[in-house]
Amino acid sequence: MATVIIPTPLRKFTNQTARLQVKAGTVGEIIERITLDFPELKQHLLDPKGSLRSFVNIFSGDDDIRDLQKEKTPVNDSSVISIVPAIAGSIN
Amino acid sequence: MASSNIQFSKAELARYNRHIIIPEFGEESQLKLKTARVLIIGSGGLGSPALLYLTAAGVGTIGIVDFDVVDDSNLQRQVLFDIHEIGKPKVEAAKRRLEALNPYVNIVMHNTHINSGNALDIIKDYDVVADGTDNFPTRYMVNDATLLLDKPNVYGSIFQFEGQVSVFNYVNRNGERGPNYRDLYPTPPPPGLVPSCAEGGVLGVLPGIIGSLQALEVIKVITGVGEPLSGRFYTFDALNFESRTFNIKRRDDNPVNGKNPTIHELIDYEQFCGMRAVEEKPVKEITARDLYDWQVNGKPFKLIDVREPSEYQIAQIGGELIPLGKVADYANQIPREIDVVIHCKSGARSLKAIRELEEKFGFKNLYNLKGGILAYIDQVQPELTRY
Repeated sequence: MATVIIPTPLRKFTNQTARLQVKAGTVGEIIERITLDFPELKQHLLDPKGSLRSFVNIFSGDDDIRDLQKEKTPVNDSSVISIVPAIAGSIN
Repeated sequence: MASSNIQFSKAELARYNRHIIIPEFGEESQLKLKTARVLIIGSGGLGSPALLYLTAAGVGTIGIVDFDVVDDSNLQRQVLFDIHEIGKPKVEAAKRRLEALNPYVNIVMHNTHINSGNALDIIKDYDVVADGTDNFPTRYMVNDATLLLDKPNVYGSIFQFEGQVSVFNYVNRNGERGPNYRDLYPTPPPPGLVPSCAEGGVLGVLPGIIGSLQALEVIKVITGVGEPLSGRFYTFDALNFESRTFNIKRRDDNPVNGKNPTIHELIDYEQFCGMRAVEEKPVKEITARDLYDWQVNGKPFKLIDVREPSEYQIAQIGGELIPLGKVADYANQIPREIDVVIHCKSGARSLKAIRELEEKFGFKNLYNLKGGILAYIDQVQPELTRY
């Protein structure tokens, strides 16, 4: 199963879990899975049309999925997927 | 950054000896620091350590932009200041401290709110910018200004336990320009989707770490020593002590310096960040003085405090405590037949609470205390503790 790293600001929506293990074939399937398991994550990751929000970056390994195959980027059991939202400071 | 005509005094050579004896650094790099002009935007949590280390390191000219005054609640993380500086402009307090640290450094104060009208004028005189601001509109503005003026921008950002660092708009030895903030995050989150003000918070030592990393990258950008964090994006999770460095790239659709730029000057960044969304209807407000009148005149109304219990302990003005996150759960206990005033620290969370209660539960009798308990302390009850 792929490992998904949840950033600290979003952990309140994943029962404070920092790492999720998800069985999926693509990054898109991972997003689908975790937003089903943790519905409150959905509005933070996806816009109303279901597209990834542009202030949330997703990296597969060290690379931005926008530079790979976006949501179709394949994942396997050794994949580490990081979700990194924009943060601005103590006054966000 | 021509350094050919500048020489060090014996005292400076002695002071910077630990730099100069590093083989890869040497007197040449130290001279580059001395001739460099660095602008630190924001002298708060990130700016404090960055300013202290860059001053200690001997950067010749350091500009500081900040409009704020020192507050006691800053001292949890803003290590540049002490209790004797409370109430004084941060740039003045910073200048005093930094000049006492290193008399060979020229500190330039910009005691102003940096905005689209003055940013280019302030930034143009500097070689490198370090962004230590605390909000999205200013970050996008600083980014765009540094692109328009062709300056590298050493970015650092923090939130609660999470830190980020990168070097934007850096041109390497081969003349290749690196990505910038708009390549990394094309648009900011809309207001309301991220926690605001006192809900957010930050562990004080985290800006110490991230601001120090910014100082490190500023020194690398100036001296050319090592590989600046350009095209890479560093994140630090203080809770799990995990750091990761991702690769980031320029994007063709960047509106400032992509293939078809559409932004050629600074824009209205509050509007860009959705801060002035026109579709949101205003909520009713009450000033601290009017609230006081209601209190002393015996007008029937209810006061609700949507801050956290820890804040309530510091100062309270007689409201019933229902933290913002619990407001919906207690909606059926909030009266509808009399006016209800809702307050928080400065007015943002109470606004959220009112919108939620109006939209989900149809309340029509809610007033937001303008400026929150801070305004009430300033205007009505100065003996209460500010935080």
